[in-house]
Amino acid sequence: MQYSSQSVAKPYFIAAIGLFVGQILFGLIMGLQYVIGDFLFPQLPFNVARMVHTNLLIVWLLFGFMGASYFLVPEESEKELHSPLLALILFWVFLIAGALTILGYLLVPYAQLAEMTGNSILPTMGREFLEQPTITKIGIVIVALGFLYNIGMTILQGRKTVINLVLLTGLVGLAVFFLFSFYNPSNLVLDKYYWWWVVHLWVEGVWELILASILAFVLIKVTGVDREFIEKWLYVIIAMTLITGIVGTGHHYYWIGTPEYWQWWGSIFSAMEPIPFFIMTIFAFTVVNKRRREHPNKAAVLWALGTAVTAFLGAGVWGFLHTLAPINYYTHGTQMTAAHGHLAFYGAYVMVVLTIISYAMPLLRERVANSNTAQVVEMWSFWLMTISMIFITLFLTAAGILHVYLIRAAENPIPFMVMQEKVALFYWMREGAGVVFLIGLIAYLISFFIGGEEKEAATA
Amino acid sequence: MSEVFTKSMARNIYYGGSVFFFLLFLALTFDTSSALPKRDHRENITPQVAKGKAIWEEHDCIGCHTLLGEGAYYAPELGNVYKRFGNSKEAIKGFIKSRPVNGIPGRRSMPQFNLTEEELDALAEFLKWASEINTSNWPPNIQG
Repeated sequence: MQYSSQSVAKPYFIAAIGLFVGQILFGLIMGLQYVIGDFLFPQLPFNVARMVHTNLLIVWLLFGFMGASYFLVPEESEKELHSPLLALILFWVFLIAGALTILGYLLVPYAQLAEMTGNSILPTMGREFLEQPTITKIGIVIVALGFLYNIGMTILQGRKTVINLVLLTGLVGLAVFFLFSFYNPSNLVLDKYYWWWVVHLWVEGVWELILASILAFVLIKVTGVDREFIEKWLYVIIAMTLITGIVGTGHHYYWIGTPEYWQWWGSIFSAMEPIPFFIMTIFAFTVVNKRRREHPNKAAVLWALGTAVTAFLGAGVWGFLHTLAPINYYTHGTQMTAAHGHLAFYGAYVMVVLTIISYAMPLLRERVANSNTAQVVEMWSFWLMTISMIFITLFLTAAGILHVYLIRAAENPIPFMVMQEKVALFYWMREGAGVVFLIGLIAYLISFFIGGEEKEAATA
Repeated sequence: MSEVFTKSMARNIYYGGSVFFFLLFLALTFDTSSALPKRDHRENITPQVAKGKAIWEEHDCIGCHTLLGEGAYYAPELGNVYKRFGNSKEAIKGFIKSRPVNGIPGRRSMPQFNLTEEELDALAEFLKWASEINTSNWPPNIQG
């Protein structure tokens, strides 16, 4: 660690991991509710468990992105963070607001939560992933503004690199597109149209800028490869991301009441969305092959390569599988989407946050790398989580295909709930893979507490 | 390679490409906005339909169901439920009203939301309006 203010990243990373554990536990509950329908009913209905599962994911990834920014921006800007105190205050504000929101979901019926928080004044609740009460959304905006001010001032007053400028662009985009969550017209079609300006332009747009810059930073650090080379590739990746991804939003505009020309725009542009992920994979392996040093933190290198490959598989390949309009006509609204969502979020965003944590956490704990034993356990957790997530994806894909086969392509279509019982085997196997994921996560947690001979910081 | 394709070329593609395609996206959005009224039949969005959408949201229906294919895949698609229930608002209301408070042993069940008659009417009107949106013939089958 070169700058003392980088240490504010540590609570962000710890909170991220803690919320990650919560997310997985609720995922397992939901997985069980898929096969044992009355599990925890009516105390914890499925929709509440799902809100907690998806909202925890978003919040912990945001903690991860903020921690990553606080860690890498001082180093890239070659100066201390503008205000470490503000970073710590915002940490507690965000954590408490997030915890209260989750408790609100769990302790109060959702309709009552809407009433308590004055949803009727500015209705924004009850839309997928944007279930937070309006006051929580306002809180998110305030935290984001404070965070952007802090990061922005540091970069403005310090060295401007491609990495910190791309990161800043991504973070500003994240904040700007979130503002569309406040637009909720009575017209469902318009509501859906602009809802995607948050959801799609986040995960298939500006978040990819954040992802690519964090990955580029870690790769520079662990390989010692020339910055010029890495920055050029970073530009190529994000150029392809936005060129394909912005109009690629059209692949959500096939069947929600929008004009039919979107079937062409969406299919053509989103079919090219795997390209930036493919380049990212080539880029990561090229950089590691050209490495000028053997970094003692082998686990971080594994996470970095794993991010590139799994993001390509989950976001690229699994996205492509159902993105063309004639195929999407059959797969839209099936578990196919859930399959893609799981592997894409895990491969791109979960793994990049775990990559920066893997690289930065030892440094924040004043060592270059953890002991070999700790790294071996961490690498076990990498394989357990990654492979089980691939199996979750495969089982959900099977369930999605069966949905199409039994209802949409069948001569004698059966009702949805009957179909669900017929595919229950795949939901059971998905739950099994989920348990393996939890075991991987436990191994990951344990890896932080394994001692042994650490690599000394003095040699850094 | 490094001389042929430089960092500043990559940067220019990034800036130029993002701006161009964002403007294209805005132009398509502008065109969509003018084409939508014929497809979404907004003239039929009465205060009751708007209220129905609010009730839909305040009970987080999207957390289990899909609506025009978006949402959760735990419970049936509702964009066409009005048609699936034989073009009957009463059938929709009846289904919602009759959910057992403690669920159905071993099976998935919709919670009992204790909606008033007025709220049920609004929700059914909203689902009726939603079933009339021109979705380019999606879903492929009435079962969803």
